[in-house]
Amino acid sequence: MIRRSLTLGAMALGLAFAAPASAQEKLKIGFIYVGPVGDFGWSYQHDEGRKAIEKAFPGKVETTFIESVPEADSERSIEQLARTGHKLIFTTSFGYMEPTLRVAKKYPNVFFEHATGYKRDKNVSTYSAKFHEGRYIAGKIAGKMTKTNTIGYVGAMPIPEVVAGINAFYLGAKAVNPNVKIKIAWVNAWFDPGKEGDAAKALMDQGADIITQHTDSPAPLQQAAARNIKAFGQASDMTKFGPNHILTSIIDDWAPYYVERTRAVLEGKWQSQDVFDGLAKGKVKMGPYVNMPADVKALAEETEKAIIAGTQDPFMCPVIAQDGKTVECKGGNKLDDGQIASMNYYVQGIEGSVPK
Amino acid sequence: MEILPLILATILTAATPLMIAALGEHVVERAGVLNLGVEGMMIMGAAVGFACAVTFDSSTIGILAGALAGMALSALFALLVVGFATNQVATGLALTILGLGLAGLIGAGFVGQPRPAIPPLVIPLLSDIPVIGPAIFKADPVFYLSIVLIIAVAWFLNKTRGGLLLRSVGESHGSAHALGLPVRRIRIYAILFGGLLAGLAGAYLSLIYTRFWSPGMTAGRGWIALALVVFAGGYVWRLVLGAYLFGGITVAQLHAQAGAIALPSQLLSALPYLMTIAALLFLAISGRKGAGAAGSLGQPFAPER
Repeated sequence: MIRRSLTLGAMALGLAFAAPASAQEKLKIGFIYVGPVGDFGWSYQHDEGRKAIEKAFPGKVETTFIESVPEADSERSIEQLARTGHKLIFTTSFGYMEPTLRVAKKYPNVFFEHATGYKRDKNVSTYSAKFHEGRYIAGKIAGKMTKTNTIGYVGAMPIPEVVAGINAFYLGAKAVNPNVKIKIAWVNAWFDPGKEGDAAKALMDQGADIITQHTDSPAPLQQAAARNIKAFGQASDMTKFGPNHILTSIIDDWAPYYVERTRAVLEGKWQSQDVFDGLAKGKVKMGPYVNMPADVKALAEETEKAIIAGTQDPFMCPVIAQDGKTVECKGGNKLDDGQIASMNYYVQGIEGSVPK
Repeated sequence: MEILPLILATILTAATPLMIAALGEHVVERAGVLNLGVEGMMIMGAAVGFACAVTFDSSTIGILAGALAGMALSALFALLVVGFATNQVATGLALTILGLGLAGLIGAGFVGQPRPAIPPLVIPLLSDIPVIGPAIFKADPVFYLSIVLIIAVAWFLNKTRGGLLLRSVGESHGSAHALGLPVRRIRIYAILFGGLLAGLAGAYLSLIYTRFWSPGMTAGRGWIALALVVFAGGYVWRLVLGAYLFGGITVAQLHAQAGAIALPSQLLSALPYLMTIAALLFLAISGRKGAGAAGSLGQPFAPER
């Protein structure tokens, strides 16, 4: 009931934003968002990418988006875009993976781009960003800043992207502070400001004095600021939700990729591929390093530079899993992209288990 | 255990919006009307409440405006359902969709604006009681209002002539009409009251629970409020119990996770609905068929002239 009505509402909204068709044949591009474009996090950043396409190809493209599409009930929204003449469709959440593949089979002439997934087809590409690189830097900052040696982590869903982020964050924190502990609370939603905030409160009640989040609203940062506790922004620069308590934000920048893929379709050069890059290619950016001592800021900047240069990596070998086994080192001196994109275990030192 | 008061305070803020919205819908359903538009009225309250609070720089004005916005949307519902005897389920769903869209439009200019917190109302002496004192007697003003509302609604429905009339209209609108009761007027009042409370619950979300506006921020709480009304089965005390039970489980579950106690969090997220199904099953098995809901619930009323 909830899902249906929300989707209906979202569809009504999404359609309302569709620009009128013109006589000239424009390339129609569709987007499916998991949250509202106004979440000021994940979906907001994807929508910035959509706007960049419109700006880069004036008069040649026409974009449509459907927001707040529940993952479990996304197939008909995706199909709706395919059926209404969209030739390039971006589905921007992990849970859209299977629905995207199913719709792609039915519409072989439509190109699909699925964010953060790992299954491809001849007309389905996947793309993601190495958010975990940013989380590694955030982890180092948190490890230096914590006084209780306890850091609270608000997680959305136990999928590889989030689990890898937790591991990278923890490894960063542990690299500078061997006594650090992280506590994790899952809210089972990408966007539920109330619950995200409650999770942050629960973590602070349990002694966390730094909060970080992998959910889409600024609520955890805001609740931390209300209790005079430092926190990180997620997906976009969230400074205004806690100007005196934010340490930095891990910012996703999808715009260059979206423009590049649109150009590929326009020029008839689109091919199925998998792209996974981070700080070095600018797909992940760090917000300003603020509200921290100069030495911590210097450490953060130095780490960022080293990751870009390739001399540091969150998952340098040896990586030891929670069960004490050393993870096979497939990428030379570090884990390879595939291992990170399918990570479903905690590294040694994190307490608790990944929910199944 | 200095952690307990903090947990209690978190539970209160999580449960209060659910309880306020459910209390309003409870009155509506006692009058025999099913309004599935709670989610829409709530989000309208959240958007308008936040927009007015920022514009006039006053949280009090924001909360009042939010409540009135919920009521305005419910007035539309009353016009359609009572005035034109439309299908209540379809109209309610339409109201939710309309509310979600309209709220997004109204709130568009206010996305991401921060709002200062409303200071808690500290009740002297009582707030010094260990454990419960700091949680219950140092809460936000709307929490106290919600307690007053519960008592007032329970008293009105069970102890006053007005409450009796309202319930009789809900039980059998045909008989009530034959007795000369103003069925439509009573239902309109009930619907407006429900809208007022749903709007208040929404304003609580955007001004107290999480102090910012974002589209879709109700995240299904209107539906949970509806489930709570079914769970309550006609009793206000069970509604209060349900709201705090649900708020309590949500928060306790997060604490359990933070404390590295493995609980199936996905299952716990579904709990209010499971509770509702269990309550319905219990009513069915115990042979009190329809004991929970008002007799004329959901039926359009169109008297012949």
